[in-house]
Amino acid sequence: MGVNDFAKLPHIGESLKRKEDGRFLTGAGQYTDDIRQADQKYAAFVRSPHAHAVIKHVDTSQAAAMPGVMRVFTGADMQGKMGGLPCGWLISNPDGSPMKEPPHPILAHTKVRHVGDQVALVVADTPEQAKNAAEAVQVDYDVLAPVIDMRRASQGPALHEEAPDNHCYTWTLGDKAAVDAAFATAAHVTQLDITNNRLIPNAIEPRAVNAAYHRASDEYVIHVANQNPHVERLLMTAFVLQLPEHKVRVIAPDVGGGFGSKIFLYAEDVALTWAARQLGCAIKWTAERSESFVSDAHGRDHITHAEMAMDKDGKFLAMRVHTHANMGAYLSTFSTCVPTILYGTLLAGQYATPQIYVEVDAWFTSTAPVDAYRGAGRPEATYVVERLVTRAAWEMGLAQDEIRKRNFVTQFPYQTPVALQYDTGDYHACMNQAQQLADVAGYQARKQTSQAKGLKRGIGYSSYIEACGLAPSNIAGALGARAGLFECGEVRVHPTGSVTVFTGSHSHGQGHETTFAQVVAARLGIDPSQVDVVHGDTGRVPFGMGTYGSRSLAVGGAAIMKALDKIEAKAKKIAAHLMEASDADIEFSGGQFKVKGTDKTIPFAQVALTAYVPHNYPLDTLEPGLNETAFYDPTNFTYPAGTYICEVEIDPATGVVRVDRFTAVDDFGVIINPMIVEGQVHGGVAQGMGQALMEHGVYDVESGQLLTGSYMDYAMPRAADFPEFTLGHVCTPCTHNPIGSKGCGEAGAIGSPPAVINAVLDALKELGVKDLDMPATPARVWHTIQTAKV
Amino acid sequence: MYAFTFERPATLADAAKLAKAGGKLLAGGQTLLASMKLRLAAPEQLIDLGGIRELAGIRKEGNRLVIGAMTRHADVAESKEVQTAIPALAELAARIGDKQVRAMGTLGGSLANNDPAADYPAAALALGATLVTTQREITADDFFQGLFVTALNESELITAVRWPIPKRAAYIKFPQPASRFALIGVFVAQTDGGVRVAVTGGGNGVFRHAELERALDKSFTPAAVADVKTDASELNGDLHGSAEYRAHLIGVMAQRAVAKAVG
Amino acid sequence: MMKVELNVNGKPVTADVPENTLLVHLLREHLRLTGTHVGCDTAQCGACTVIANGRSIKSCNVLAAQMQGAQITTIEGVAAADGTPHPLQAAFNDCHGLQCGYCTPGMVMSAIDLLAHNKNASQAEIREQLEGNFCRCTGYQNIVKAVQQAQKTMTA
Repeated sequence: MGVNDFAKLPHIGESLKRKEDGRFLTGAGQYTDDIRQADQKYAAFVRSPHAHAVIKHVDTSQAAAMPGVMRVFTGADMQGKMGGLPCGWLISNPDGSPMKEPPHPILAHTKVRHVGDQVALVVADTPEQAKNAAEAVQVDYDVLAPVIDMRRASQGPALHEEAPDNHCYTWTLGDKAAVDAAFATAAHVTQLDITNNRLIPNAIEPRAVNAAYHRASDEYVIHVANQNPHVERLLMTAFVLQLPEHKVRVIAPDVGGGFGSKIFLYAEDVALTWAARQLGCAIKWTAERSESFVSDAHGRDHITHAEMAMDKDGKFLAMRVHTHANMGAYLSTFSTCVPTILYGTLLAGQYATPQIYVEVDAWFTSTAPVDAYRGAGRPEATYVVERLVTRAAWEMGLAQDEIRKRNFVTQFPYQTPVALQYDTGDYHACMNQAQQLADVAGYQARKQTSQAKGLKRGIGYSSYIEACGLAPSNIAGALGARAGLFECGEVRVHPTGSVTVFTGSHSHGQGHETTFAQVVAARLGIDPSQVDVVHGDTGRVPFGMGTYGSRSLAVGGAAIMKALDKIEAKAKKIAAHLMEASDADIEFSGGQFKVKGTDKTIPFAQVALTAYVPHNYPLDTLEPGLNETAFYDPTNFTYPAGTYICEVEIDPATGVVRVDRFTAVDDFGVIINPMIVEGQVHGGVAQGMGQALMEHGVYDVESGQLLTGSYMDYAMPRAADFPEFTLGHVCTPCTHNPIGSKGCGEAGAIGSPPAVINAVLDALKELGVKDLDMPATPARVWHTIQTAKV
Repeated sequence: MYAFTFERPATLADAAKLAKAGGKLLAGGQTLLASMKLRLAAPEQLIDLGGIRELAGIRKEGNRLVIGAMTRHADVAESKEVQTAIPALAELAARIGDKQVRAMGTLGGSLANNDPAADYPAAALALGATLVTTQREITADDFFQGLFVTALNESELITAVRWPIPKRAAYIKFPQPASRFALIGVFVAQTDGGVRVAVTGGGNGVFRHAELERALDKSFTPAAVADVKTDASELNGDLHGSAEYRAHLIGVMAQRAVAKAVG
Repeated sequence: MMKVELNVNGKPVTADVPENTLLVHLLREHLRLTGTHVGCDTAQCGACTVIANGRSIKSCNVLAAQMQGAQITTIEGVAAADGTPHPLQAAFNDCHGLQCGYCTPGMVMSAIDLLAHNKNASQAEIREQLEGNFCRCTGYQNIVKAVQQAQKTMTA
């Protein structure tokens, strides 16, 4: 079935109310902390109060004797019994040498390398007892100077012996000679120094794990707040604990948001699993928010110098980018591919820039590890490109939309100079629709109204590109990936015609239970209420790579489509047999099998029943049953794109930036459930605005303490911080997956930060302000205005 | 949270007795419990004042409002009595924390805690309130003594606060973006004894702003304070705003508060 | 240990709990009403919001002991006895006012309180009054829409 025919099926494009809402709205959801095992024990971690220190001695004797304490484990107990946390992506330096990959111990043994680094694990009868005992563990530290500022990391004390100058890797992409040559002939060069602020993901459900060991079966059952349970199991069993994979079941039940931060294998998950085996019980740990702040993987944290070379008409000739990327203290699961594969390759944006060269230096610092956070690399790239393009427009005397329109890619497929090949898109259509929805025509009048109130109004554009559904596996492997990037789907048709779908994707808010049911119901001609979607359980789902990078529908949905192809093919054979026709003459639509050119039909449910009650059945050529599994490995990324327009109003007396209007027009290809897609955009835009205006993970340069370690200091966006967003859609279907969809989960967070900051800078232009880093907090905006005045 | 014993006295006398014996008073608990959860406070005994009926309530006494110490922020915010007599106080109460916090947090708890970024201390100081305790009466000018420090002794409880009704008053808060406590809050009040201006969020505790008061005594208009500068060296700076920024905000919030007060 | 007597979702409850038991732990661990969630330790996220004596409070920042004799309503107790969803539950579903569902119970309880005290709240007031509840998924847009829809059905 072609994409266009698929898109016309019933339920495709329908804003079906979510099937999963019932349990969440009645308090019946089951998140990891809600689950209590028989003989449940509780864990607490002893964490480093120092950013960088040698562990001289750990004394657990007092803690071990406290009420309710079962055991206290230290790094010494684990020494030689397990590996460290693995990094899933090997990046190589330009000379071919591998990145520095120092060990990431489950419990710090010789040294702590960031505030919050875990040093010991206490298991007790109650959470309070575990916490009390954790406080009683005496750790003797020899405190060392921290390494906080990446730009001076090479001069700081080495965090790891393996990386004496704290340098992890240098990665380059593009033709440097060609870029340098283009710059030499350029009519104008625009330059920009920007910082992409460190963010702390803050899913509202804190990380949690409940690991149980069952002696009778020698099996482990691990409930964990995680986005990809099969990957968690694979990494844990194969790389860290050397356990037989089939003896470990990982369940990611209801998960309260992830945004990337729950992709990774964390030390706590491993420590509890191992301890559960040592003690023969179930152990639960739920992070307190203060722990989340210091121990969840953070996001972003780049410092970049970017340059754009143009001809006299503002046509882009070449782009040159150098970025410092903060890895934090250790390499988290996918940390290394974020500022490289997911960043450098996106620097063409929506523009036909002929030559691009990017160089990235990654550094170890004594801060929490940095890894993928909603967008992962692509927001950083978009921020560089879109800030640079808007500044170039102003320097060239062009309007923000004009410079973009002059440089948009218009011919597809388009091969960028940074490895990617865009399959399809219509960037002008997104721009035009965004300008209409944003009422750009009425902007000047609104600006005057603001002016009359003593307020500064500005408008900002951002035309982003995104690459979703990281693939194909073989190319990713050649680029350093240590995992496959396919997805798996199983479609189990029950005898009565209802269906259970098992998907390797994981929903932690994305609504797969509804969207995937719509896909299956559309294909089989049944009601979505007859389709249940199972995810997040290695004991039930054959395999899966999980949910991240906006891949679920484009990759996971495609796997289900392939399984449905198999179901349909087999069902046609059964139908042909029942109607005494040849397989080739059977057509299937609207839930009915029909013999071509006749009025003979039988419904899907009858075929399903026959498959399981095979009395009248071609048993000699066909197995009974109607249950098919498929794996799908994409041939390319998908390329969602769009244009965002933001209007802000700034009070120069206080520096307060109010977002007055925000318009997002996206091209996600074929949309299954517009209501869910819009919800994803709302959330993404909100996180992007949070980054642009409020959120910032800040470490003290002297002490290495996290200064924004709670909601008292880390500014989380609230309802009143946002206007109502205006959304629009353009559809150019993805050309290489069977659904035609591109992915929508991250777009909002990718496209919105530069739109907001460009608007802020536009508003402040008349006050002489040229530059401003995120987040544009009131204090920062006010100080910037004062400095510009001088 | 560490273990503690819990008492819920029914009378003020019993509460005072328990306090004298070393118990820690628990009013609404919105600050105390939060710090106990983070193990930053570890009282051995909590004395819950929630069972003492006489401590809550709002009434008018002549040209004064009297509000019981255990009156919740939400009740002050919604009180017709307060809205009519001192609307600025009702509005201030309606913007403390969030509505869940306002349902539990109390007037007495806030004043006794004297957080340097709290709202109520600004109102008490600017309106020239009198704090009635189990032992004496203390004027707001004497009560607030710096960072989390007050004139209360260990066994002394605030029972009520008497608020003289001003001619005109207003409070403007500029919230710290994360906590929403006051980065700067300015309370202006035109009282029988002259203009009083109290500033919260700027330093080690709420303080009166003499220059603003002088200027507003001459002319109670926003323009009168437009050029009044605040010395940044006496203010605190942090992640959310430098001392210089806070000093500037005092001027802006003062102008806005006066504009609001004059309507 | 102390004895706490209160009423939860219309049923009298007596529990022997340690003095330092927070209301949220009484609900989640003793009564196994796990719909009320904990999302932070500084009483800001609001995932733990329940209604006590007619007002929304943060159950993670209140001792069970302080609630002696109180009437508590949690997300498990807002639907009608016959299972008909509360208008806000229905509106959150209709308007896609939830994604991961973790903040949802607290958000619904907060919204119930909001409309009980301000049934004609404007959009700006709704946004302002939800300041004690964080949502990381929805950008709040459809939450606000849901509250507005419930506002209509509840006053109709």
